[in-house]
Order: sequence, then C-alpha cells, then structure tokens
Amino acid sequence: MIEESFDAIVVGAGMAGNAAALTMAKKGMKVLQLERGEYAGSKNVQGAILYADMLEKLIPEFREDAPLERHLVEQRFWIMDDRSHVGLHYRSEDFNEERANRYTIIRAQFDRWFSAKVREAGATVLCETTVTDLAQDAYGRVIGVRTDRQDGEIHADVVVLAEGVNGLLGTRARLRERPKTNKVALAVKEMHFLPRETIEARFNLSGDEGVVIEAAGTISGGMTGMGFIYANKECISVGIGCLVADFQRTGKTPYELLDRFKRHPSVAPLIEGSEVKEYSAHLIPEGGYKAIPQLYGDGWVVVGDAAQLNNAIHREGSNLAMTSGRIAAEAIFQVKSRRLAMTKENLALYKRMLDRSFVLKDMKKYKDMPRLMHTNSQNFFLTYPQLISKAMQTYLRVDGTPKSEKQKSTLKSFVNARSWIGLFGDAFRFARAWR
Amino acid sequence: MKVERSVRVEDKLFCNRYLVDTGRPHIKVRAHTRPSPQLLALLKACPARCYELNDKGQIEVTVDGCMECGTCRVIGEPTGDIEWSYPRGGYGVLFKFG
Repeated sequence: MIEESFDAIVVGAGMAGNAAALTMAKKGMKVLQLERGEYAGSKNVQGAILYADMLEKLIPEFREDAPLERHLVEQRFWIMDDRSHVGLHYRSEDFNEERANRYTIIRAQFDRWFSAKVREAGATVLCETTVTDLAQDAYGRVIGVRTDRQDGEIHADVVVLAEGVNGLLGTRARLRERPKTNKVALAVKEMHFLPRETIEARFNLSGDEGVVIEAAGTISGGMTGMGFIYANKECISVGIGCLVADFQRTGKTPYELLDRFKRHPSVAPLIEGSEVKEYSAHLIPEGGYKAIPQLYGDGWVVVGDAAQLNNAIHREGSNLAMTSGRIAAEAIFQVKSRRLAMTKENLALYKRMLDRSFVLKDMKKYKDMPRLMHTNSQNFFLTYPQLISKAMQTYLRVDGTPKSEKQKSTLKSFVNARSWIGLFGDAFRFARAWR
Repeated sequence: MKVERSVRVEDKLFCNRYLVDTGRPHIKVRAHTRPSPQLLALLKACPARCYELNDKGQIEVTVDGCMECGTCRVIGEPTGDIEWSYPRGGYGVLFKFG
C-alpha cells in the first residue's frame, strides 16, 4: 500500500489522462497517475490523427521532439460502392506550414513520449497497475482507488477518470452507465508497412507530407460505419469501424469487413505488397452529446472517451480528450487554490468551463446526428452511395445517349429508390442535424 | 451456426504481442446449457474470435488473443452472460503501434 495521500489520482495514461496529469503536475500539485499497460500507450489504439492546436496548449514546443509521422497536406473523403469511389479531395500548399495543423501519429510511440513529459513535470506515474475499484466513503464520496498491486487503498482529494471508452471503474461505482451497443462503434485496424518511397509515390507525397482518406458507403455493408486510410512515414494505417449494435444485428464479422475494405479496387493498390505488423481493435464513443454522462461528482471527474467526448462527424476524439483533461485539471486546480473541498458543487466548475470550450459546443451542434445516422444506416451507407456511383458513371460514360435522357434516368433511379418524400425527408433531416 | 473462416484471424493475431496471464482469464462465460442470442452474437462480433462453440453446443472463451476492446462486454455483460475485467497490470495485449 502506498501510504502517502495525493492531491489527485489520474486513472489512465491516454490523451485525456496525460493532459490532466501534466496540467496538474505543472501547477505543482501532487499527482499519481496509474496505467495498466506495461508502458503508456501499450493499451491504446487510435487511427491516428493528432491536432496540433490542442497539444500546443499543453506542450507549446512539442514539435521539437514528439514522435510525429507526417503533417497533413491533403484530405480525401470517399463515397464508395463495391467497385468505385466518388471522392472529394482537398489539398493545399498552405498546409505545408512551419507549425503544421494536423499530423498522423502512432499512438504507442506518441503516448510514451507524452508520458515522459508528465513524469518530467513531476507526476508519479505507475504503470502495470490496474485500478480495480474506486474507494468511496460512507456517503458515496470518492476518496481514492484500489489497485491490483497491493492490498489497501490509495487516497486523494480527487480522482480523474481517464479510463477510456470501456472504463469499468465509473460503471462499477454506478457513477455512469455502461456504454450501450448503439452508442459505441467497434473499429479494427492493421498497420501495413512499406518503404517510405513507395508510400510517397502511391499517395503523391514528398518529404514528410501526409494524406488521410475517410471512406463511407457499401464498404460497411449497410451498417453505420466508416473506413480510413492514413499515411504514416513507413506504414499505412488501414481500418474500419461500425456500430456494435449493427455488428450484433447483422452477424457480420469485423475482420471480414476489414478484409473486404482492403480488397476494394480503390484501396488494394495503395497497400499492395505491404507487410502487416499489427492488428488492433478498439471501441469508439459514437453516442454524441446525448450520451455524455454526469461529468463530475463528489471527489471525481470524468474526461475523454470515458465521458463519451467524441465528435464522430469531424472524426475528432483525441483533441477533445486532451482538452477535457486539461480543463478538468485547471478546474481542479482552481478549486484547490481557493482552498475549497472537491465536492460535486465545487467541481461543477469543470462542466461550466467545458461548456464554454469548443468541446461541448461542437458536441451540442451535432446532437441529432447520431440518431439520424443510426436509424437510416441502410439509406446513408448503402442506397445513396450506390445511386451516386451510378449517377457518376452514367454522366461520365460517353455512349451516344442524349444528356437529357441520362439526367432523367438518374433522377428516376433516385426517386425509385427513395421516393420524393424520402429524398426530401432525408435532405431535410440531414440539414437539420448538421445546422 | 458456422463462423466465417475465410479470414484467418489467428494469422492476424500472430503479429501482435501478448503477455498471457496463464490461469487467470479476465473474461468468464456464465455456465449455460443453451447459449443466449447475446452469447451467440459474440462468435462473430469479437474481432479476435475469442469465442467458440464447443461440442456440447455451449460458448467458450479463450482470452489469449483478446485485444481488450470491450465489444463482448458491451453485448454480453448487461444480460449477465459474461463477467468482464481488465487483465492484471502489465498482462494482456501490448500494442507496439496502437
């Protein structure tokens, strides 16, 4: 048993936990961070894109030594059917700036670096330690944690739950619900290794330039989901994720889905001849604003994926995690410096600060999107991609058919598939959810 | 019920690094005579194919290849079909890239 008591215990050394531990340690607080992996990052999985702005607020000079892969100069969105894709590509020389805005990263390496910064700031980081329970007093107030390491408890004024999407502690202590099958997606990913030059040639890159591809359509087999391809320095991250409820409903297997994505004629040439060095799986919070649990209570706050903070529409999660971790830490520090107790009432400051940040503003903006996507998955992920592909092909194929006939037949195929009411309804619902 | 075998998950898992906590599985399946729909769903939903049907028609779990994603927990824990914990500190999957 660790006899000393801490100002704060942070559970987890992912993006949210590291941001929280670093912020508090820098302010001179006595912080203990617990991580169940052999090293920070050994249990963490992400696509992965790093958003510079949110990290800069924590470590302004991070570009000097952080393990970054490529800075992104190009973003591609693909709507796919089984044989084709319709793409929107945005590439700009402006992204070749000195302080680039987005990078691809490899989480296990990045988190190790991030964790080193946390230690340098003075926090005590204990790896290979699984927290088994929250310690609560007779009134239900959180007073510390219990781990699998020694008998007994470790006490702290406040516990920061940065335990990730599948966090057990908060649910075991009945502070929040277990994630539901329609509120989390299962993503599987492979790391495909190729020589640098091959990656640069295939993706039209030079130096450390990078590109990301987000793809949706029939690749998810009518389920709510997306695929992704991210170019790293010497490997390509290829993955696909769908709602767990959809996997359960359809009986499709995640690995078969990933392999089908890899075999797609638009994807296969990009990874051809590569050596796969890792296969990983992870849940992603997809419930949006309405799935956010109670964020604070007596002696505790919850941050990052454990708090369901993920903007599925913009594929932003790690930056919301970092920001919520930092804001929680700043709120805790304010409560402490006013010499107040870590009560629910006082920790409500965290929620008020998060409300004012982009984190909850963005989440709130898309509060209706998850339900729309989840209840119309057949239309958005199967019917429309097929119709769009067919329309493009009809438009592009030169075969002597008068253009007016082509347009009529395209329109007819949309109306046949969805009816006028269906088309307007979908457009209206989508616009309203986007607004 | 036949599980999709065209992709060899074992080959995928082979490139991963694990430290198996022998004799201390972190997931347990509740004893049953006939599997519930939730348990049957795990045969396909588990990305590491940890769940298998035995000769008696019951579901068994082997956690050696588990990637600790939590999919089976989300599906199977609410009905009491499985008990889910994380492995002891340091054990389980060790991602090199993640």
